[in-house]
Formats: sequence, C-alpha cells, structure tokens
Amino acid sequence: MIIGLDVGGTHTDVVLVGKEGLINQAKVPTEKTNLFDTIISGLQRVTQGIRVEVIERLVLSTTLTTNAILEGKGEPVGMIVAGGPGLNPELFRIGNHYYPVSGYIDHRGREVQPINPSEIETIASKLRADGIKSVGVVGKFSVRNPVHENQIIKKLSNGFDYVLAGHRVSGNLNFPRRIATVFLNASVQGIYKSFFLAIQKSIATMGIKAPIYVLKADGGTMSLEASMNFPGQTIFSGPAASIMGALSYANPRVETLVLDIGGTTTDMGILIDRVPLLEPLGIEIGGLRTLVRSLNTESIALGGDSVVRVKEGHIFIGPDREGPAMAFGGSVPTPTDALIVLGIMKEGDPLRAEKAMAFIGEALGCDPISAAREVYTAFCHMLLGAARAMVERINQRPVYTIREFLDAYRVEPQEIFIIGGPAPYFAPKLSEMSGLPTRVVPYHEVVNAIGAALSRTTCELTLFVDTERGIASAPEDGFYKPVGSNFSIDEARDLAVSLLVQKAQNEGASSENIETEVVEELQFNMVRGFYTTGKNIRVKVQVKPGLINGYRVELSKELSLGDVSNPMTVNPRRLE
Amino acid sequence: MIKATYKTGLVFFPAFDWAISPTHPEREERLLYTQDQVLEEGLLDIDGIVEFKPDMINRDDIRRVHFCIPDEWSVITDSHLISGGGAKTIATMVVNRVIQRGFALVRPPGHHAMRVVHGARGFCNINIEAIMIEYLRDAYGIEKVAIVDTDCHHGDGTQDIYWHDPDTLFISIHQDGRTLYPGSGFPHELGGPTAFGTTINIPLPPRTSEEGFLYVADHVILPILEAFKPEIIINSAGQDNHYTDPITDMRFSAQGYAKLTEKISPHIAVLEGGYSIEGALPYVNVGIILALAGIDYSHVKEPDYDPDQLRQSPEITKHIEKVANQVMEYWYKVPEIKEKLLNQGGIKERERTIYYDTDNILENQREKVKVCIDCSGVWSIESWTDRGRRIYAIHVPRKACPSCEALGYEWYESTSLKLFDAILIQDRKNRRFIVKKHPM
Repeated sequence: MIIGLDVGGTHTDVVLVGKEGLINQAKVPTEKTNLFDTIISGLQRVTQGIRVEVIERLVLSTTLTTNAILEGKGEPVGMIVAGGPGLNPELFRIGNHYYPVSGYIDHRGREVQPINPSEIETIASKLRADGIKSVGVVGKFSVRNPVHENQIIKKLSNGFDYVLAGHRVSGNLNFPRRIATVFLNASVQGIYKSFFLAIQKSIATMGIKAPIYVLKADGGTMSLEASMNFPGQTIFSGPAASIMGALSYANPRVETLVLDIGGTTTDMGILIDRVPLLEPLGIEIGGLRTLVRSLNTESIALGGDSVVRVKEGHIFIGPDREGPAMAFGGSVPTPTDALIVLGIMKEGDPLRAEKAMAFIGEALGCDPISAAREVYTAFCHMLLGAARAMVERINQRPVYTIREFLDAYRVEPQEIFIIGGPAPYFAPKLSEMSGLPTRVVPYHEVVNAIGAALSRTTCELTLFVDTERGIASAPEDGFYKPVGSNFSIDEARDLAVSLLVQKAQNEGASSENIETEVVEELQFNMVRGFYTTGKNIRVKVQVKPGLINGYRVELSKELSLGDVSNPMTVNPRRLE
Repeated sequence: MIKATYKTGLVFFPAFDWAISPTHPEREERLLYTQDQVLEEGLLDIDGIVEFKPDMINRDDIRRVHFCIPDEWSVITDSHLISGGGAKTIATMVVNRVIQRGFALVRPPGHHAMRVVHGARGFCNINIEAIMIEYLRDAYGIEKVAIVDTDCHHGDGTQDIYWHDPDTLFISIHQDGRTLYPGSGFPHELGGPTAFGTTINIPLPPRTSEEGFLYVADHVILPILEAFKPEIIINSAGQDNHYTDPITDMRFSAQGYAKLTEKISPHIAVLEGGYSIEGALPYVNVGIILALAGIDYSHVKEPDYDPDQLRQSPEITKHIEKVANQVMEYWYKVPEIKEKLLNQGGIKERERTIYYDTDNILENQREKVKVCIDCSGVWSIESWTDRGRRIYAIHVPRKACPSCEALGYEWYESTSLKLFDAILIQDRKNRRFIVKKHPM
C-alpha cells in the first residue's frame, strides 16, 4: 500500500492506495504556520485502523519550500558568480551577499579567463565573518565545463554548511536562471533539511518503515534523501499532483486539457497521450525564473469563491477572493452563489445565495436567476478563454529545424478533465460551450493525493559531446569521458540513456519504472576552414513523467466506473 | 528584473537541418553558437524581449519582388520560405505595434538576390528584405522605407531591386568592391534616372575598424536618413565586417556593431552574412539584440577583443573621410542632376552581365526604363543565360501613371514568344503577375 499526501492552501489531502484501488482517504485543514502537525495528523488519520507494516511507499507533496520562498523566509546565501562578458552580472544580483568574480568559460567549454584564487579567499573570509552558512557558486557556461565552479568550491574550504554549484541544478543553458535556481535551493536547504529530518523521525515513530519520497514540480518523485540536496525541485508540486492524478483516466492518443478548479484559482495543464507537457526551461516563482523542471501548468485567478462584480453592464469575476461565498457566510457575490441559485449545487444557504445574485441582477437589470445564469456562463467563458490562450502560447513555441517547422505539430485538446471541489458543477456548461467531452475525474477531491502517491521518479540528463575537443560530458551528473573522433550519435544516445537510468536509480526509482525517452538530439559537423574537424552532439534524455507500474491499471479499471460525465440537471423548482 | 527600453521581437530560425553543401559557410552549424550564447545569456527571459515563431512566405509574396526563372519552386527551398517568413513575421509585429523593434535572426540570407532570379548568388536565392517590404506596402500601405545594409559585401541584390524606386532609400556600407565580392557598390552608383539619389554606396577600405564605421554612420548615413524621413528603417544586418570573419578583411567588433545599431536605430534588423560562427556571431548577435532593446551592452565583448590591436591606421581614417566627403558631395548634387535626367525623358537603356557564383550561371541583361515625370516609370528586362534560358520581364511600378501602365501592357502584348521562353509582367499597381509561356 502507498500513502500519498498533498498539502494545499486550505486543505491537506491524504490517500491510502492499494493494488485494488483507493482504500482510505482523509482531508485535514492546512495549518500554514504548522505544516509539521498538518502532515503528521493527515498521516495518522489515513492510517487509522491500518497495520502500518503493509505500507510500502509514502509520497509527500508539500508547500514548505514554496511558502518559504514566497514569504521571503529563506536563509541568507553567499553567491559567487563568474559572469565573463555578456550582460553585466550585476543585473542578476540576488540577496545581500552577491559577488561577481573573474573567470570565464566559453560556449564550447574552453577556459578564456581563469579564476583568481585570492579573490575567492577574500570573499570566503568575508562570508564567514558575515555568518553565512549557505553558498551558491555559478559560472557562465558551467554546464559545458564546470571547472571554475569546482575550483571556487575547493577554494572555499570549510566553514559552510551547504555549497551548491550551478552545473548541478540543470543541464540547460541559461545563466540568470542558473543563478536564481542555485540561490533558491541554497536559501531553503537548511529549513528543508531540518523540517524533513523531523518528519522522517515522526514517521518512524509511527512505525512506518517505508521509503519516503517527495513530489517535484515536474510530476515526478525523488527520494527524500536525494531531495535534501536539491530542495528547490519541490516548489509548486501541488499543481503537478493534480495533473498526475488525472493522468490515469486520460484516453491514450488524445490531448487532454486538465482544469483544477479551486476556491481562488484554477490550475490548467495539458496531457498528450497520457504524458504531461513540461515547461521548456523551468518554473517561475516570486518573480524569479528558474531552471527547476516543471509541468507546463498555468494558474489563473478564477475560482468558485472569486468576487463577482458588474461594471458598465458586464460581469467581471476575480481576480480576488474575499472569503467564502455569501451562501457560506461570506460578504460578496461569488460563482458558488450562482451555482446554488441555479440549483446545480445543493449546499449552503439558498437565501443568502439568492441575495448575492439579486445584487448582481440589480446591476445587470435582470432577476436573480438570470443573473446567476449570466455569472455561470461568464465563469465558464473566462475559463475556456484562458485555456485557449494557454494552448495558443504552447503552439507558438518556436522550432529550429525545417523538419519540425513543416511537421507543424499543434496541441489541440480533444477532451477536458476537471478536478477540484466545484468540478462537477461546471462540467456540463464547459462541455456545452467547448463542444468537447468533459469529464469530472473520479475521486476529484483527492485525486491530487492519488497523483502524488503513484508518480514515478523522474529526472533528465543532457549529454554534450565535442569530438574536436575529445570529450563527452554531463556536468550536471559529474560525468566526463574522453572520446575519439569517430564517436557517433548512436553511442552518445546509448551513453546518455545509461547515465540517466543510473541517475534515476540514485534518486529512488526502481528499474521497472524507468521509461526513458530522447527529448532532443542534435548533431553538427564542425567545419573549420574547409575541413570537418569534429562533431558537436547534444542529446537530452528524460524519464517520462508517469505513474508507477502495478497500481495504475487496477486503479483506473475500478475508478473508471465512477465516470461522472452525465449532464447535471438543473433544479426545475428554482428555475420557475 | 532587466527591462527592455524598446519592446523587441526576435524570430530565431537557425535552420539546423539545412546547408548549401556540407562544408559551405552557409551550413547547419552557422547559428549554433549564437543560439548557445543567446540562451545562456537568458535574453529571451528579459522583460520586453519576445520570441516569435516565423510564418512562411508564399508565391505571391515572392512575385511582388522577383521574376523567378523558370519558376519560384525551381530556385528556392523550404528554408527560404521560412527565412523570408521570419522577416515578414517581425515586420508584421512592428507595424501592428506589438513590438517597437525586431530582429529576424534567420538563414539563408537574401541581399544578393536581384529582381530576376535564375539561381543562387552570394549564398542568396530570394531577397527576404525586399519581400518583407513589398508585403508591408501591400498589406499596410507603408510608403517610404529606408534600408541600411551593414553587411561587408555590397548589397547588390537589394540595390538592383530598388534601383528605380524613389520611395526606397538603399544605403550600403561595405568593403571596397575592388577587394571583395561582388565587386560593385561605388559612390557613383546612385540609382536609375527616376530614383536618382535613393541608392547610396559607401565603400570602405580593408581593415576599417569601429572608428571608421561610426564616422560614416555619423557623417553620411544619419544625415541622409534624416533628410529622407522614412516611415520605417530596416537594417540588413550582415556580421562579416568582424575582425575574425574568414572571408572578408575588416576590423569591426561586437561593441562596434552594437553602437552602430544604436545609431541607426532600425525598426527591423534582418540577419545577412557573417561566417565567423564562433568568434563573432555569438557576441555580435547578443550586442545587436541588446542595442535594439535599449539594454546596456557595454559588457558584450569577444573573448579575444583588444580595441588597441584593432585600431585603424591614420591612412585608413583619411581614406574613409575622403569617401564620406565624396558621397556627400554627390548627394548634395542629387536634386539638380535628377531634374536634368527627368527633363531628358525618353527611354534609358543599360546592359550588364550578372554572375551567379553559388550556382555558376552567367546572365546577360538588357534593361530599359521609361523616364517619366509623373511616376517612377515602367521598365523591362530582357534576360538570357549561358544555360540557354531567355525571358522578357516587365515591371509596372506601384504608382505607375496611366500611360506607363498602358505602355507596360503594350510591351507585354507586342513581344513575341518566338524570341523568349517566357514573358512576364509584374504589375505592382494592380497587384497582378502574369506569365506568357510556350505551351508544354
């Protein structure tokens, strides 16, 4: 059995999943200032009456790092940045201990300017004097050759708790993002480590001996131990949890739009043939763009409790939320009130809901029921508009070869999945307005926790081969190998895949769950003068995000009976 | 967060799967290191810099500019349709005010492609700037356009296309034609009789450095641009004036290119040549992008950049000043000479031989233009090649007067197919392109 736990803004969902399907589920309120108690009480609730020895795996998706970053609670970080020529490295200054230094590596990984050891020593003693415990070291093009980052780290010597090199966070090019990513990881590492050591201890006290995993923003998991070094990977795992949960119900060979409708926001994502679409570079958090691999999700400020206003005869919903719907004791009209007035939702105080819609109706010049219908339509219209805009942005992503250009692959969702509290109420209208089959995902209220429970370990690896220089390297993984001039792209691909499998296993994957794929493969003849002097090969491989074997089939077979696609009937009494 | 002063759009299409031949300078690898540098610098994350996917151009787009012989599909590849499309996308975004400035970083280039196209010259098949400009004219009613060609080679294709168009100012700075392909572009080349003075050529001596380029910008390019008052300025941004370029002999730098871009302030830059793919292109392109966006580029330098080493000799400085003076002297006399030419009227003819170095074709042309005081005049070209093709092409300008328009059709009707493989009329006034051919 597997436990999946997903900490949300208001609720924390926990499930216990067995090979036969969902066994137990629980919802506990999230105490933002005490995540520890929230997690432990969730685990206690879901394991009530269960022999904990049967638990084989436990996956946590938390908001710890996200909150620490957004609330500026990270620790101070010493940043040592070797920028070389290009944009002024001062432009990327972050935190109060940022030091641009000399040293420059070019695009091929060749050293152009060495580092200055005495400069580093001076900075190191300054950082120690300032009481800095965490240090990030980032060089331009360090993913092509990390020698400067490694030299700087060696020079720093002792006295720091945590030192992170830029080439370890991603194989992708993007110096400013590398700086931001290293900074975020380093700033939350202390908090993360002490928090999860405590969690680990409490879980052990509960008698659970299963390995603990954490969910990452890319919808994959990694072992808790491995995550201690790269805690930044766990930011925004919540939207990923929902999408991964929806995944097992998606139809193969189609494109699925997933909408997770909450009280304040709606998260949107895309599945292509049951595989979630990834961000090309990485996630953005608190205005910082990073190289943290993540699912392509977008969040819009539109939810069941968003404020409804009328301006010049038009309905505006959101982006703000001012507490619950009026029907639930709130003070402003919301889409939820409209659902109650239309009889679609049978909870809450119908009189207060009607009052909310009467207020809107007054501004629109119509009766409360017509107003509710307008609000309902406007909500769905805004949601679909945002989804269409997201799909269009995905389709506008540039390509760099004629073949890809002429293939002109376009994402066009053929079905919509909705999850989240108000999901069932919006399904019929969204279906009618989009013309697409729209399904409420079974167990839509805890599907995020199911997603966390069943996601497999993912990772990616970039191999860079330069036969003129005679090297194959994957610096992100600390790999270097001399290669001959006839090293081929087939050998490069095989090497990349074997390194990837090894990396996935180190991060907690079991070998039967490693499904690899080549994401990018480019080979160039390097011609100098009129002679071919070598080959420049770039191969990027990944473990596809997906669900672990053994659970998916049984679960989806059983749960697919719970298909809730029947159109909802509107309560006729209220319509009269 | 870095913010662009001018919202700047990029189309990046490196055509990683297209080459003229495996070891040709125009090959797959050409923009690889530029892409590495642009990505590593994080330029696409800057607030106010946006990347667009290129559109493709179509046959009608090409027919506004060229006479492709025997037809469009025989002289181009898909790559040309996309690189032309990249320029068109950027231009559309600029005129629609989605962006203030744009850069089409595309390949293959186009500035050696002339009005009549029998094949590839100087790595160019179709002129992507001209295709973009004529599209803007038809779709958005843009009239006055200036092109500043900063490629090291004379932009003879663009010059040829706009030789008779007084609404298009073409200024080219390049390495002296006596020392480099294509061998043209001298100060006395000033345009046809009805468009006299809207072609400007500034040949620079070999080993010209930053100082010389910027001198010419200040003393020739900017005053002439100022006087012309274009609605839109286009930069044919070749990067082969760089001190590391393998096929030219100049001493320009990334800093220099960025400063030059800042001075010219083009709305649209289109990549042309530049074959120092590791030593120059990554840095020059980053410099140009930052200069367009109005972001500090002072740290953008080649790894081996040493301005003292690159400084031009006093003799070169003197020579450049002389060229600049000569060009300006000619330019001041333009109104007077143009009036004289127009008053002469009649039909002016010229004959020339054009060599297609890339495809090894020799073409002969006989051109005639009606010198008209009411419009820029209808003109025609008889063209025959050493491959045995012979065509007759007629161009009716956008603002042709009724009599020039009628004359164009009279030429078309009265010319017999006995003498030619095809007779073509490019009627820009009525947006028509008609071909008369032998039945197959």
